[in-house]
Amino acid sequence: MQRFNYNDSITSKTKQLKHLLHVFFSVLLASNVFAVSESNAPEKKGSLKDEIKAYIQHHLKDSHDFYLGSYKEGDKKKYIGYIGLPIILWDNGLVVFSSSKFKHGKAVVQRGDGYYKLYHGKIYKTDAAGTINYDDAHHATNEKPLDLSMTKSVMTMLLTALLMFFLFRSLAQSYGKNKGIAAGIGRFFEPIILYVRDDIAIPNIGEKHYGRYMSFLLTVFFFIWFLNLLGLTPLGINVTGNIAITFGLALITFLLTNLTANKNYWAHIFWMPGVPVLMKIVLMPIELLGVFIKPFSLLIRLYANMQAGHIVLMSLIGLMFIFNNWLGSSLSFVLAFAISIIELLVAALQAYIFTMLSALYFGFAVEEHHDEAH
Amino acid sequence: MEKLLGEFSFGLFIWQTLIVVALIFLLRKFAWKPILSTINEREEGIRSAMDAAEEARQEMQNLQADNERILKEARAERESLLKEARVLRQKMIDDAKEDAKVQSEQLLEQARKAIESEKQVAITSLKNEVADLSIQIAEKLTKEQLSSDKKQTELVQKLLKDVDLNA
Repeated sequence: MQRFNYNDSITSKTKQLKHLLHVFFSVLLASNVFAVSESNAPEKKGSLKDEIKAYIQHHLKDSHDFYLGSYKEGDKKKYIGYIGLPIILWDNGLVVFSSSKFKHGKAVVQRGDGYYKLYHGKIYKTDAAGTINYDDAHHATNEKPLDLSMTKSVMTMLLTALLMFFLFRSLAQSYGKNKGIAAGIGRFFEPIILYVRDDIAIPNIGEKHYGRYMSFLLTVFFFIWFLNLLGLTPLGINVTGNIAITFGLALITFLLTNLTANKNYWAHIFWMPGVPVLMKIVLMPIELLGVFIKPFSLLIRLYANMQAGHIVLMSLIGLMFIFNNWLGSSLSFVLAFAISIIELLVAALQAYIFTMLSALYFGFAVEEHHDEAH
Repeated sequence: MEKLLGEFSFGLFIWQTLIVVALIFLLRKFAWKPILSTINEREEGIRSAMDAAEEARQEMQNLQADNERILKEARAERESLLKEARVLRQKMIDDAKEDAKVQSEQLLEQARKAIESEKQVAITSLKNEVADLSIQIAEKLTKEQLSSDKKQTELVQKLLKDVDLNA
């Protein structure tokens, strides 16, 4: 049933040298490649801007396939290091095929009696000719099957998960071999684990309860951090800047907070102790709203920060091609370089903030009852 | 907001949740629990080692204090022993002196007594001797004086004269 065909999707890498060089630098600097035309005629400036804008928009989104870069050869768009990823659809039955079958949205894929077409990063059901119908606002109105594809983000997360699993298992195992002292790369990560425990978990949750949240906090911290860092590589991955990802992470925080909460926590929401009855009634909806706003702020914060970082960084790199002169372009390069360094900091900072605030919310949930001194 | 919802991919959300939850449980079993327990054990070990070191230090201090105390006691004991010995010696000397004094006095007394008795004996014998000598002298004298009748008469006369008949 599954027919992943990767070989035919990998295009030839030995094309014209100038294209390669162009691509190479773009790959190095950007999180992906700008397929910029060589022409710098003034009347084409507008189209270049649009192209860069479209490119950034495309990059920020999840993708059904993976490639290192692309360039134009005549009218054709060529891809470098293209890998088709598994498409998994639920359309009255499981439908699985490789994303390379879409030929970057040009081809209609037939499986069973369904026809599927990739249009602007989304998969639609179409007729055999691949007709897309639009409404007035130029949105596609075709039926969408339930898309459970292993997209670029899913693959990246799987790889990150594998990396984390082997990394931290090897740390755990190195203790046994080395009389309780970390060996190898674990020496770098052990202080970070200790930091999460001593400076995030214990101060916010308390000595008594922090233990049961440690697995979540540590996993989420490293997961977000690694994904943020991967987003800075030229692989063109924007996982933590995706609303579905941050929503999923915040949802776990939300569920953990409210499922492990004690009586005291609920009392503070529904019947705030130590205030007059009227205030109790006024505070109830506010506190209840807060229960949802807290994790919501988590998901928006992470999403917006990573998204913004990618947009700024890519715009600065795009500016190099728009200026297209030594002064402006090198200035953009310096700026992009500086922002990259800041983004490295942001990558760790956002992971820290997410973990810290999660720990804070857990702390609210398990806070012991104390005297009415509010 | 609409854009956010439009970007929301349900498939991605499902995968992400699956991966993260699975990762949390896997890492919890294979990584976090052993790592944290090892770290805790190590910290516990360090703490107990520190405690043991502190205890050892305390013990050593105690030992040192003990030693000092024992030394002090020993010194005090020696001091007192010496003092006692000195007192004893003094007493012995005093006693000996006393004894010697008494003894010497006794000896002296005895000597004195001996001398006295010797003296008495000597006096007695001397007296006897003198008496003997006197008698011998008297005998000789008497023999010579009474060698004539006249002299005998005179003596009788004289003796008679001395005798007071009236008395």
